[in-house]
Amino acid sequence: MSFLSGLLRLRSRSPGLVCQEVVELVTDYLEEALSPADRRRFEAHLAGCPHCTEYLAQIRETIRLAGRVEPADLTPEMRTDLTDLYRRWRAEG
Amino acid sequence: MSGAGRKAEVTARPAHVLSGFDGADADPYGGTLPAMDADASLLRRLRDGDEQAFAALVERYHSPMLRLAISFVPSQAVAEEVVQDTWLAMLHGLARFEERSSLRTWLFAILVNRARTTGVREARSVPVADAGPVVDASRFGPSGAWAAPPEHWAEEAENRIDAVKLSGLLRVGLDSLPARQREVVLLRDVESMTSAEVCEVLAISEANQRVLLHRGRSKLRLLLESELGGGGPR
Repeated sequence: MSFLSGLLRLRSRSPGLVCQEVVELVTDYLEEALSPADRRRFEAHLAGCPHCTEYLAQIRETIRLAGRVEPADLTPEMRTDLTDLYRRWRAEG
Repeated sequence: MSGAGRKAEVTARPAHVLSGFDGADADPYGGTLPAMDADASLLRRLRDGDEQAFAALVERYHSPMLRLAISFVPSQAVAEEVVQDTWLAMLHGLARFEERSSLRTWLFAILVNRARTTGVREARSVPVADAGPVVDASRFGPSGAWAAPPEHWAEEAENRIDAVKLSGLLRVGLDSLPARQREVVLLRDVESMTSAEVCEVLAISEANQRVLLHRGRSKLRLLLESELGGGGPR
């Protein structure tokens, strides 16, 4: 097998990713669920594509901002109910 | 951060740590890891019959559990009942809890079990995920390259929209996600659980978790984009 045919075989087996594929792989990338070969292809694409780099950064920012969403405050009634619940349980035991 | 938290769970904890509760509450990493440590000491105090430890757990987890429960059940009132049942089930289960998972994971798993038996809402929702691409095909050219690429805002979101409005926007976005996606995004990104913890709590596979997370996160990004710019005609 010549060097060239080997190279071509390799290329056809692992062609570069296009943007539309990259956006669908973003979560697998962040979750470290890509195979080493796919991870390399993903990172190779990012290295040459500012738009997908921005897209990935936006997903990361979305995750970070989601982490700041606080739940509603406890109401005094909830606290009272749960204190009662605890005391009833203690009294049973 | 979560990885460090998991490590802390399996680290042997000598009995004297109990007396060093203040130490466990110290906050050198910004919250998550000490919170896990504090859970372990709260669990010990709870087992010793300390009502304050129960109150502290309620402060920490009641509202997050309520927020998750609503994904499964038809009303806020039912969600509150389910969360109360969960606390009682936790108290009854304390003696046989083996700490193979963290207290939080155990608690949320009890919640999900109870909510699923009570709930009807989730059962009606799409079983796995809606189909189709997460970014509309019209934004790509025939070669699959961006035709309407994202505008640049990833580092500027908080300069352009104030934090309260951003949080409000994301809260609305989360609540409008299909139930299964909302559950995964809530646990993973809002509560900062690891994927393994999310899978345990929701009893789903890693692959399923990733699909739901992918769709949910993509929708939240799209929502931010609609406020921050980009995405073609508005």
